[in-house]
Amino acid sequence: MTHVLKIEDLHVSVGDKPILRGVNLTLNHGETHALMGPNGSGKSTLGLAIMGHPGYEVTSGSITLDGKDVLEMAPDERARAGIFMAFQRPMAIPGVKMADFLRHATTNVRRPDRKEGEELIPMREFRKELREKMEHLRMDSEFARRYVNDGFSGGEMKRAEILQLAMLQPKFAVLDETDSGLDADAVRLASESIADIGHQKMGLLIITHHDKLLEHNPPDFTHVMLGGRLVETGGKELAEELHQHGYDRIRKAYPDAEALNQKLLAEDAEEALA
Amino acid sequence: MSTDAPAEPKTEIGEINKYNFRTETTGVFKAKKGVNREVVNQISDIKNEPDWMREFRLRSLDIFESKPTPKWGGAIDIDFQDIFYYLKPTDHQGKTWDDVPQEIKDTFDKLGIPEAEKKFLAGVKAQFESEVVYGSLEEDLAKKGVIFTDTDTAVREHPELLREYFGKIIPPEDNKFAALNSAVWSGGSFIYIPKGVSIDFPLQAYFRINAESMGQFERTLILVDEGANVHYVEGCTAPMYSTESLHSAVVEVVVKRNARCRYTTIQNWANNIYNLVTKRAYAYGDATMEWVDGNLGSKLTMKYPAVHMMEPGARGEILSIAFSSAGQHQDAGAKLVHEAPNTTGQIISKSISKNGGRSSYRGLVSVHPGAHNSKNNVVCDALILDAESRSDTYPYIEVSEQDVQIGHEASVSRIGEEQMFYLLSRGLTEQEASTMIVNGFIEPLVKELPMEYAIEMNRLIQLQMEGSVG
Repeated sequence: MTHVLKIEDLHVSVGDKPILRGVNLTLNHGETHALMGPNGSGKSTLGLAIMGHPGYEVTSGSITLDGKDVLEMAPDERARAGIFMAFQRPMAIPGVKMADFLRHATTNVRRPDRKEGEELIPMREFRKELREKMEHLRMDSEFARRYVNDGFSGGEMKRAEILQLAMLQPKFAVLDETDSGLDADAVRLASESIADIGHQKMGLLIITHHDKLLEHNPPDFTHVMLGGRLVETGGKELAEELHQHGYDRIRKAYPDAEALNQKLLAEDAEEALA
Repeated sequence: MSTDAPAEPKTEIGEINKYNFRTETTGVFKAKKGVNREVVNQISDIKNEPDWMREFRLRSLDIFESKPTPKWGGAIDIDFQDIFYYLKPTDHQGKTWDDVPQEIKDTFDKLGIPEAEKKFLAGVKAQFESEVVYGSLEEDLAKKGVIFTDTDTAVREHPELLREYFGKIIPPEDNKFAALNSAVWSGGSFIYIPKGVSIDFPLQAYFRINAESMGQFERTLILVDEGANVHYVEGCTAPMYSTESLHSAVVEVVVKRNARCRYTTIQNWANNIYNLVTKRAYAYGDATMEWVDGNLGSKLTMKYPAVHMMEPGARGEILSIAFSSAGQHQDAGAKLVHEAPNTTGQIISKSISKNGGRSSYRGLVSVHPGAHNSKNNVVCDALILDAESRSDTYPYIEVSEQDVQIGHEASVSRIGEEQMFYLLSRGLTEQEASTMIVNGFIEPLVKELPMEYAIEMNRLIQLQMEGSVG
């Protein structure tokens, strides 16, 4: 059976502010989708809503995984059902070693029925796998002993997110600007790594402004978000076009969505000042 | 909620404390409840003590009676006449494991101590109730001249050392509870490390309270001679009882020139116990004294390990962790007193409060006249897990010199929604995620503990965290 993550007419608000206004997207296992769009259009909101962030309220619409209602699941249940998100700004957990965190997470995701307090994956077995995956991603083994995202550079955080993707092997992954803040070499490495781990092996939703991350992950579909809606869907040539020429054509073609986008951006700026 | 519905019994506190059991003891002797000259004389009689110790006890009793109960810190509501001050479970001290009575072994079994016992090196002292009942000292330690015994034995066998130091670092006049301990003390460890001797494994003690309404007043004295080095570890868990119980220890440490001493404690008291402890060390020229202090459980803990840096180059370091839950108040902290030039002190304190628990950091940094070029740094971080819990900081700083460096950083944080969401998004449950964040918070201190204590500490935190999310 091919796994399917299906988003239908999704409306999401933060506080009383509507951000997503009816998003439809079907992600089949093995497909790669690029999600592009100007700042403030709602790309990260879609990712966070899929993952179940408590600050993002789904006001209507549905998300299902193989027909099961994802919105009924707590974030940890979603993770164990096979949904993953690589965060744009992952949180630091001081004092918790990457290896310990990953062993716990990996155990829970691989054994979704595990009860609290039950055994974790045996240490030896886990360490061996972690070491192999890290070598494969060309990561220094020292990384496993560092505290989760604590004092990591932007690049290290993104590498850590990719390592988690490799260990957790989700069915579907949202990668939220996993290329931002990286230099050209680092982006190429990230692109290769993601392709290696996930391309055609998972359903990937790659949020990006650039086409470099897509170099090794040619998208089957490219979606453009504006004002909380997917206004256009095309193939990989759409991603190339947007990267080269920007969003001017899109903004002109969808003036209503553009107006909403500008309004949200202006409100964000006001809040930032307040 | 309707007002006539019967209140839900509050069982959570009891469930959190895994060590909520008791074993019947057939104490050979049980003093009457309460404290007076007769009881103190009786304790001294049973121990067959020299006159100087009897006089010390009686003088201390007078001081105890003349001092009011402190009004600061936490709420102390103790009926001093409703407590047993001495209890002796066996006639003689066990020399080997076989000598230890079965009922005591049963209690240790419930605590999982036999497993630890296997790992423990020969330096183990186990205290059951007021007396040390089991202990053996590795032969080569004895050959090096190391003395590691219970303090009662030390009074008989090492009178010259005891008379010189006992009650000199912490005199009975110091505070009401030090006076009480001085009057009725029993058990505790006496350690002497001769000049230049370095002990490369931790000396350990396990002790616990096990008699209803029984106070435990152990008395520990550690002397680390010039250039010597020792790490002493004590840990204890206590069964839970319904009536108030008092634990009031006194720990005195002397660290001579160029010597080093680390004293590590993890205490997980039952939730009805007052834990009012006085700990103080004198560190002489270029000596280092470190207190590592973990406090869990108890109704009220008041404990401020102190280092007095007496001569140039002395160092004092205090690491403390406090975890308070429902009905618990941890008033813990540290004191560093710079009495000489070029001395260095550091305090790192971490506290966690949950389910309405209260943690206070109370610390003193004092730089005496003449202690120029001294350095002191204090970092205290508090983590509050819910809106019902509370954390306070009471830093006292007295500086009598100009050319000193004094730093103080304090932070209070709550588990952030974003941190929580991040861990949940990786498949951890709320319980697992909050436990992980708390363990991470105290990690900088836990990594200073010997391995088995670090594991124990994490396990205790996990027990404390159970049922904290809901």
